[in-house]
Amino acid sequence: MAKRKVYLDHGATTPLRKEVLDEMMPYLTNSFGNPSSIHSFGREARVAVEKARQQVADAIGASPNEIIFTSGGTEADNMAIQGVARALSSRGKHIITSAIEHHAVLDACQSLEKEGFSLTYLPVDKYGLVQLKDLEKAIRPETILVTIMFANNEIGTVQDVAGIGKICRSRGVYFNTDAVQAIGQLDVNVQEQNIDLLSMSAHKFYGPKGIGVLYKRQGVKLKPIIFGGGQERKFRPGTEYVAGIVGMGKAIELAVAEMETKTAKMRELRDYFVAGLLEIGGVTLNGHPQQRLPNNVNVSIHNAEGEALLLNLDMEGVAASSGSACTSGSLEPSHVLRAIGLKHEVAHGSLRLTLGKDTEREDIDYTLKVLKPIVARLRKITGTLVRE
Amino acid sequence: MYNEKVMDHFQNPRNVGEIQDADGVGEIGNARCGDIMKIFIKVKEGRIEDIKFFTFGCGAAIASSSALTEMVKGKSLEEALSVTNEDVARELGGLPSVKMHCSNLAADALHKAIEDYKSRCRN
Repeated sequence: MAKRKVYLDHGATTPLRKEVLDEMMPYLTNSFGNPSSIHSFGREARVAVEKARQQVADAIGASPNEIIFTSGGTEADNMAIQGVARALSSRGKHIITSAIEHHAVLDACQSLEKEGFSLTYLPVDKYGLVQLKDLEKAIRPETILVTIMFANNEIGTVQDVAGIGKICRSRGVYFNTDAVQAIGQLDVNVQEQNIDLLSMSAHKFYGPKGIGVLYKRQGVKLKPIIFGGGQERKFRPGTEYVAGIVGMGKAIELAVAEMETKTAKMRELRDYFVAGLLEIGGVTLNGHPQQRLPNNVNVSIHNAEGEALLLNLDMEGVAASSGSACTSGSLEPSHVLRAIGLKHEVAHGSLRLTLGKDTEREDIDYTLKVLKPIVARLRKITGTLVRE
Repeated sequence: MYNEKVMDHFQNPRNVGEIQDADGVGEIGNARCGDIMKIFIKVKEGRIEDIKFFTFGCGAAIASSSALTEMVKGKSLEEALSVTNEDVARELGGLPSVKMHCSNLAADALHKAIEDYKSRCRN
């Protein structure tokens, strides 16, 4: 098998689609107007922004006036969490989240904890699932927000979002969900799933980087955390990134239209990949076997360390990621892998491989072929060191 | 992120393995931070006649273990004891700063192996 380039890190980011770039180009060149201007240049940009707003709203069962464009998923998460906290702190100062959230949510929650809010971090089972009965028990009269991710970025586990939404709605508590990994892969409908606030990011579904959305259900009380103008109904002031917004609109339209066929193919490849990885031996799957993102594979390769695996795979042209401490920028392995109960040494050997809409079986076969000798070599260096 | 010399030691580590009848063994690190090293030495007439290692860890951990074994093989115990983790990093042409404390522990493991050898001699 000849050497090839295999990108299996679509959970980190995806390439910009040609059709999306084509839609964006006019707004990076001739149609440069500021949507707030009243002249023809401005009006043209305004029309484009509002068209994209409609495209995003249609994709998740929302109304256009519920869509706020942001700089990305992290900003949207912060706006939702800090915005609700500011708006409702007189009613209560308790927020519920889960132990496996993205740092955009966890760090925002921790900053509120320092300001005197009390936080409940719901545990997850060995698959990464939040238990609905734990959520029901955790809601108190002073609870103002539940923020639980739609699908986990590391291990791919998909939560019972509709179940969580139903509980929150019946108890009169806002439900925010970080849906950054879900768009284009899972059915997202803010009405059916009783979602009050939702974050997404365009570059996860073949759109541009630097643009995201916060969905805010009409009537949800939110205070802005950025100030400076009337844009996005004052929730996110600042001149709009028109080309990015246009790109996001086109990208989400395509992602939702193609979701059924693309995810069916990815699911099949994912399961084929997992089976191949388990055949190596001393390999365990992280996350839920079925209730997971169609594109997500996460395994622990025992007696091998994540960064060493990644470096070797990279030399063979395969791009992946890991939850090992060495790649997380801290001295601790991923909080998600620890929360599902993995021992440190097993967490350090984690490998995340996220497929894309264009990943082919040959890419998987190539990856499995190059990975086997890498694992054997690293295990030889580990020797008898790790005793489990 | 790693220079060529580090990558060479990572890809082609020298002296990997175990010495069955080692005169001294030293282990350092913990699973928490993800780097564990074990050094085996064979000592003859006050010199390190043979040295081997096992390492569970990242690229820097494997490379620094490998480089250390090359640096001290054939050296007297006194010379070997004077080698520090910083010397190993220097020999490798530098390591990323985040790796200096968690992954660059080979010299400490060696010092433990030499202590082990000395305590065996005393008993």
